[in-house]
Amino acid sequence: QQQQQLTVQGTVRDDQGTPLAGVGIAVAGTVAQAVTDAEGRYRITVPAGAHQLVFSSIGYLTQTVEADRQQIDVVLLPSSQDLEEVVVVGYGSQTKKDLTGSVANVASKDFNAGLVGSAEQLINGKASGVQVMSNSGSPTAGSTIRIRGGASLSASNDPLIVLDGVPLENGGISGNGSNFMSLINPNDIESMTILKDASATAIYGSRASNGVVLITTKKGTTGTLRIGFSSVLSMQQQQKVADMLSPQRFEQVIQEQGTAAQQTLLGGQRTDWVGQVFQSAFGTDNNVSLSGSVTNAVPFRASVGFFDQQGTLRTDRTDRVTGALSLSPTFFDAHLTLNLNVKGALNNNRFANTDAIWSAVAFNPTQPVHSGSEAFGGFYESLDNAGVPATGANLNPVGLLEQETHKSRVGRSTGNLDIDYKFHFLPALKAHVTLGYDYAHGEGENRIPASAANAYTVGGSFNEYAQNTQNRLLTAYLNYTAPLENSSLEVTAGYDFQYWSAKSPSVIYFNEAGDVQSTAMASDQRHTLLSVYGRINYQYGGRYLVTATIRRDGTSRFSPENRWGTFPSLALAWRLSEEDFLSGSHTLSDLKLRASYGVTGQQDGIGNYGYLSIYNRGDDFAQYRFGESFYRVLRPSVYVYDLRWETTRAFNYGIDFGLWGNRITGAVEYYTRKTHDLLANVSVPAGTNFDQTATTNVGNIESRGFEFQVNATPISRETLTWEVGFNATQQHTRVTNLSMVEDDKSVGSYVGPWVSGRGIQILTTGYEPNMFYVYKQVYDEQGKPLENVYADLNGDGIINESDLYRYESPAAEWFLGFNTQLTYKRWTVGTTLRANVGNYVFNNTKMDLGAWETLQYVPFALNNLHSDFLNTGFRARQYYSDYYVENASFLRMENITLGYDVGRIAGSARLRLGAIVQNVFVQSKYTGNDPEMPNGFDSTFYPRPRTYSLSVNLQF
Amino acid sequence: CVSQLDQLPTVETTSESVYTSVENYKSVLAKLYASYAVGGNEKGDGNADMASPTAAYGYLRSYFNLQEIPTDEVIYTWAGGDNLVDIQYMRWGASDTWVSSMYYRIYYTIAICNEFLRNAGDDKIAGFSEAEQQEIRVFAAEARFLRTLAYSHAMDLFGHVPFVTENDQVSAFFPPRITRAELFDYVETELKAIETILPEPFANEYGRASRAAAWTLLAKNYLNASVYTGTERNADCITYCNKVIGSGFALEADYGKLFNADNDRRTQNEIIFPIQSDAAKTTTWGGMTYLVNGPILGSMNSPDYGVTSGWQSIRTLREFVALFPDTTGEVDRRGAFWTDGQTLDVDDPSSSSQGYTIVKYTNLNDDGSYTTDDGLVNTDFPLFRLADVYLMYAEATVRGGAGGDAATALGYVNQLRERAYGNTGGNIGAAALTLDFLLAERGRELFWECVRRTDLIRFGRFTGDDYLWQWKGGTVEGSATDARFDLYPIPATDLAANPNLIQHTGY
Repeated sequence: QQQQQLTVQGTVRDDQGTPLAGVGIAVAGTVAQAVTDAEGRYRITVPAGAHQLVFSSIGYLTQTVEADRQQIDVVLLPSSQDLEEVVVVGYGSQTKKDLTGSVANVASKDFNAGLVGSAEQLINGKASGVQVMSNSGSPTAGSTIRIRGGASLSASNDPLIVLDGVPLENGGISGNGSNFMSLINPNDIESMTILKDASATAIYGSRASNGVVLITTKKGTTGTLRIGFSSVLSMQQQQKVADMLSPQRFEQVIQEQGTAAQQTLLGGQRTDWVGQVFQSAFGTDNNVSLSGSVTNAVPFRASVGFFDQQGTLRTDRTDRVTGALSLSPTFFDAHLTLNLNVKGALNNNRFANTDAIWSAVAFNPTQPVHSGSEAFGGFYESLDNAGVPATGANLNPVGLLEQETHKSRVGRSTGNLDIDYKFHFLPALKAHVTLGYDYAHGEGENRIPASAANAYTVGGSFNEYAQNTQNRLLTAYLNYTAPLENSSLEVTAGYDFQYWSAKSPSVIYFNEAGDVQSTAMASDQRHTLLSVYGRINYQYGGRYLVTATIRRDGTSRFSPENRWGTFPSLALAWRLSEEDFLSGSHTLSDLKLRASYGVTGQQDGIGNYGYLSIYNRGDDFAQYRFGESFYRVLRPSVYVYDLRWETTRAFNYGIDFGLWGNRITGAVEYYTRKTHDLLANVSVPAGTNFDQTATTNVGNIESRGFEFQVNATPISRETLTWEVGFNATQQHTRVTNLSMVEDDKSVGSYVGPWVSGRGIQILTTGYEPNMFYVYKQVYDEQGKPLENVYADLNGDGIINESDLYRYESPAAEWFLGFNTQLTYKRWTVGTTLRANVGNYVFNNTKMDLGAWETLQYVPFALNNLHSDFLNTGFRARQYYSDYYVENASFLRMENITLGYDVGRIAGSARLRLGAIVQNVFVQSKYTGNDPEMPNGFDSTFYPRPRTYSLSVNLQF
Repeated sequence: CVSQLDQLPTVETTSESVYTSVENYKSVLAKLYASYAVGGNEKGDGNADMASPTAAYGYLRSYFNLQEIPTDEVIYTWAGGDNLVDIQYMRWGASDTWVSSMYYRIYYTIAICNEFLRNAGDDKIAGFSEAEQQEIRVFAAEARFLRTLAYSHAMDLFGHVPFVTENDQVSAFFPPRITRAELFDYVETELKAIETILPEPFANEYGRASRAAAWTLLAKNYLNASVYTGTERNADCITYCNKVIGSGFALEADYGKLFNADNDRRTQNEIIFPIQSDAAKTTTWGGMTYLVNGPILGSMNSPDYGVTSGWQSIRTLREFVALFPDTTGEVDRRGAFWTDGQTLDVDDPSSSSQGYTIVKYTNLNDDGSYTTDDGLVNTDFPLFRLADVYLMYAEATVRGGAGGDAATALGYVNQLRERAYGNTGGNIGAAALTLDFLLAERGRELFWECVRRTDLIRFGRFTGDDYLWQWKGGTVEGSATDARFDLYPIPATDLAANPNLIQHTGY
C-alpha cells in the first residue's frame, strides 16, 4: 500500500522542558527540512515513502523518530561531548574542539544524584584522573580530591579550586575545617572543569601542580521567568564498624581463657554498644531557584537552599542555608557585560565525639549503659580503687556522645563582579576585570560537664573559638583575537593580585567552675600573591593548534630573593579529522592528537612565614621559675631562609576521538611528571635548626599515568536512549630523592598514621611513596600467623628493624569509573560504579583489637576483642605485621537512580520524581568493613552510610 | 603592590625585636631551662617545641626512658603501645623512637642555646648599660652551662656526635662529627671557662645554675672519664666533689622530702640543680608528672600520693628489690616497696600486677596536703644533689683517685646510710666500702634518678652477661646482650641527613 504524504507538527524541548529554538528537522532520505521557532514549534511535510524524522541541534544528541503520526513532540538530550561546547578554562573559555590541553568537563546533567552534601561529590567517578574520597561517614567530614594523585609529598596535594574565577584558599575555617567546599551549594553549580595537564594549569602558575578544578555556577537566562523547586528526602543507614566478639562469645572467651580477676569484670549484661551510638539518620536538601530577566534586560538567577543532615553517629549533625544571586546585564550593544555573583551560606554543625566509635567497638559488652548511680552522669564507667574512672580505661561511648556538646556556626560569603568590555573601536579587543572575595567567619564551642568521666579530673571543660578568613582578588586581563585568513590568533595578558588572611583570637579553656585550665595562642596568618600571565592560542586551518602560556608569580611566603617564579607551558594539537585524507570518513568523526609540556609550581601546604626567624611566646602554663617569679618563655621557631618554589615539569600526550558522528567520543592520555625542589618536611642535620625536621626544598618525585575515557550513546531513539561512560586511570609514583645528601642511603622517613610510636608508612628514595613499612609475617602449615615470628629478610639471624620491608602502598594502581543511563519514555534509570585496583589498607582495627593484651589495659576494665583473635590467638599486638596489610581493591556502586518524568501537571508546571540509593554496595576481599580508607589506614572508621533518597523536581 | 609581598607575623615576634630588652633575654633564658622540663609552650607540652610526637614528651621523660628502662630498676607496662619494647629488652636499633626523641631533644636544646649565645655576644649587647650587660653575661654563662649539660648527655648516651656552636648559622649545613673524647675536652673547657662567671653557690635565683652545678657536672664527667676517653680522672672528680661539698651543701634529714612537692625548699641544702615542675605554671605530661603518676598502680590509692589516678606503668624488678634488706622500708626507708597485689617475679612485662613498685616521687607537700590539676605535679626533679656527690667522692676515692681520703669517703657513705636507716644500724666499716657496695648503694640511694645506665656501664655490667636481670635481652630470666648497647646509636635519620656522621660499630 502506497503511503500518503503526511504533515507532522510538534514541539521540541530540552530535558528541562525548555522549548528549543533553531532545531533542524530533516526527513531522512529527502531534502525536506524545517527549523523550530522561538517556542520550539515546527511543522514539516513528510513526502510519501519517507519514514523518519531527524532532529539535530548543536549541543544536543541527534535524534531519529519514526514519522508515523501527525503530532510528534521531541525531547532532545544534551550531548556531553559536543565539539562546539564551550568549556571554561583559566582566564577565559574555549570550544572543546580547540582545546590543546587535558581538560575534563562535567556538566550538571551528568552530576551524581541523591543527597550530595558537597560539590566534589558531584563528579565522583565521572572523570578519569580525578579521585574523590569522602573522609568518613560523617556529614561534617568533607572529602579529599586528587587530580592525577597530586604532585607533592608533604606540601599540599589538594588541587586549586577556582569558583567563578576566584581561586579559593586551601583548608577551611574554624568550625568547618575539613568540609569547606560544602559551603557552596552543589545545586547552584552548572559545571565543573578539571584542568589536568600542565599546559592547561600553568596559567595558574605557582598553585597549579596538583591540577585545577574550575567551578562555574548557574547564571540567569533571557526569556520568561522560570521557577524551579527541588527537594530530596533521605534516610541513611549505618553500616557495620568492625567484627567484634558477640557478648555471648566474649563471655565464653573470658570464662575459658581469662584469669579469675578478669572473670569478675564480666557484668552479665548484653549490650550492643555499636547499636547504642549509631542511628538511622535523616537528611533533606531543598532548593528553590528563580531565573529570568528583569525588564528583559538584566538576566538573573536567584536561589535559596536548605540542607540538613544527621550523622549516623548520634549527635552528629550539620545544616546549611545557602543563597545565591547572579545578575548578568549587558550594556552598549553588548559591548559591556557585567556578571555579578554573590553567594552566601550559613552552616551549623554539631560534632559528635568520634572517640565514641572506638569506645563502642571495644567496650565490655557485658556491662550496662547506665550504672544506676548518679555519678558520672549515671553512665557506667570502670572505676579504680579511689572510685574514679581508671586512667587508661575505655570511657562509656554513650556518655561520650550524650554528655558532650561540640557545636559550630559558620558563615561564608563569596562573590565576584566580572566586567567584560569589547572596545568600540576594536571589538576584537576585550578587557576583563574580576573583583572577587571570599569572607568567612566561624565560631564554636566545646562543653563537657564536670560530671562526665571524660573531664571529671579537671572539673569539666568549656571553650569557645572563632576565626575570620578573608580572601580578596583582583584579576584584570586583555584579550585580543586577530582575524586572520584561514587561521586565528588569540592573545590574553593579565595581572592578578590576591590577598588572604586568617585571624583567630586566643582560646581559653575553662572548667565548669570558670577556672582557666589552659590557653592556646591567637593566630594571624596572611599571605599575598601577585602575578602576571599571558597566553597565545593559534590555530591554522582548524587543524593545527598551538597554546603557549606563561605566568610569573610573586609570593609573600618566600624571602625577597626567592619569591618570584616563572611558569611556562606549550601545547600542540593536530586535528587529523580535518585533514583531507580523513574528512570523508563516515566512521571517524573526530580525531585530535595533543602534546604538551609545562612547568607549574607549588607553595601551598607550607607556613606563611617559613623563611622568617620568629619567636613564639609561651603561655602561663609553660613558664619557668627563677627565684620567686615565673617567667613566660620566648622560643625561636624553626625557619629556612632559603625556601623557594616546588616545581613540577610535566609532559602530556593525548588523543581525542569521535566515532559515528560522535556517538562515541573519548580520549586517551599519557603523562609523565617530575617534581623538583620538593617542599618536604624532612629531617635536617641535628643541631642546625630548631626542630628535628624542617620544611625545605629537598628531593624529587616522579609520576606517570595513563588515562582513558569513553562516552557513547549506543541508542538514541524517540522513546529510548542509552548512554554509557567509562573511564580508567593508571598511576605510578616514585620518590627519586629525598635528602640534602647526595648519596642517600637512609631507610627513609616515617609518615602516615602513628602506630606504636611511629608512622606505619615510609618515604624512601627509589620507592613508591607511603609504602607500608612492616615485617613479613610467617604462617604455620594451617596458614595461621605465628605470633612474633617474622621472616629474617636480611638473613642475619636476628629479627629486628633491619628486617622491615616496604610492602605495597595505599595508592591504587588503577581507578575505574563506569556510568550509564537508560531513558525509556518517561522513565530514566542510571547508575555509577567505581573501582580501585591495587590499593592496600592497614587494618589497624583488627591489629589493635585482635590481640589478647588489648582485653585489659587496666585492672579495672575489660575491652572487647576483634573476632580475628579467635583465628590468630595473638597475645600481644603485632604492630608491624604485614598480616594486617590487606589488598583493598574494590568495586563500589556509588549510586543507582530511578527517575520518572510526570510531565505537565498544571499550567506550565512540570514534575519529575526520583528515587536514589547511594553507596549501594562494595565488593572487596578486604576483611574490614570499607576498603576505601584515607591514608590506607582503617582505625574504627566512621562508616559511610547507605543512603536512600526520594527527590521531587518541579519546574514552572 | 609589590610591597604587599612583605607580610610579617603580628602574633609572634621576629628575632630583631626580641633581643632589645634584658627582660626578653631572660624570657629566652627561661626557655633554655624549660627545655629540660616541658615539651612545649602551652599547657601539658601543648604548642610543641618539636614536630615529632614523642619529642613532645620532653627531655626528662626521654632521658628517664633511656637511662632507667633498660636497667634492673624498671619494668614498664605499656612498652608495646609506647614503643618501649626494644628499649626494655635492650635490642634497640638506629630507628628507635625514643633514641631519636632523646637525641633530637638534646640537639634542640643545644640549638636554642646557640641561638641565645649568637645574640648575647659583646657586639650584640653593646647598646645596653654596663649593669645590664653584666646581667646578660651571666645569662650567657648559664646558656653555656645548659649547653654543656646537653652535650654531656650526648657524650654519655651517644658518644661520637655532631658538633654545633653559636659560631654556626641556622641553615642547612652539615655539622662536623666530634669524637667522644674530643667532646669530653670541649665540655671540660667550657665548664671551666664559665666556672668563674656563674654566681657562687646559693647566690643565683632558685632554679638557675650556680657554680656548684658546673662543678657537679664536671665531677660526674670525670668519674666516667675512663668510659668517655679511656683515661681515669678520679683525682679531678675528687677535686670538684670537694668544691661542691665545701660550699655549704648539707644532707636533708628526711630522704622522702627530697622527692615531694615541696622539694624546691631542698635547694637550700641538698639539691644542687633541679629540673622544675609546677602543676599550674610549668606543666608537662612527661617529666615529673610521668615519674609521680607512672608507678601508682594496682591497689595503691592515688590521692595518697597527691594525684588523681595512677598510670599503672612503672614497676621494678626482683634484682633491684634484692639490693634492699627487706621490702617494707622498715629497715632501709628507701626500700619501701608496694607489694600488695603484686608478684615479685615478672612473667608478663605488660601485666601491671607483676613486679613490685616503689614510692619515690610524690606530689605531697611536707604537711601531707597536695594540689594537682588532672595529675600534674609540683615536684622538681633533683638532677644534681649532694648525696650523689658524696657517692662520687667515695667511688673516686675507692678507685684510687689522688686526693681522696678513705675515712672521709666512708663518713659520707655512712651519713647516707644513717639517714636511710634512721640510726647507725646500717653503717658499714672501711672493709665493706668496695666498688660493688658502692654500685649497690648508688642503686638504693639514686634509683629512678637517671643514673643507673651510666653507673652500670662504668661498672661493666650493663651489657654482656656479668649481671643479668629479668627481661634483660628480652628473656624472662635475662640474657646476655651485645656490648654495642653501651652506646645508643646515632639515629638513622641524622645519619642520612648528615654525611659527616659515622654509625657506631655494631649498629
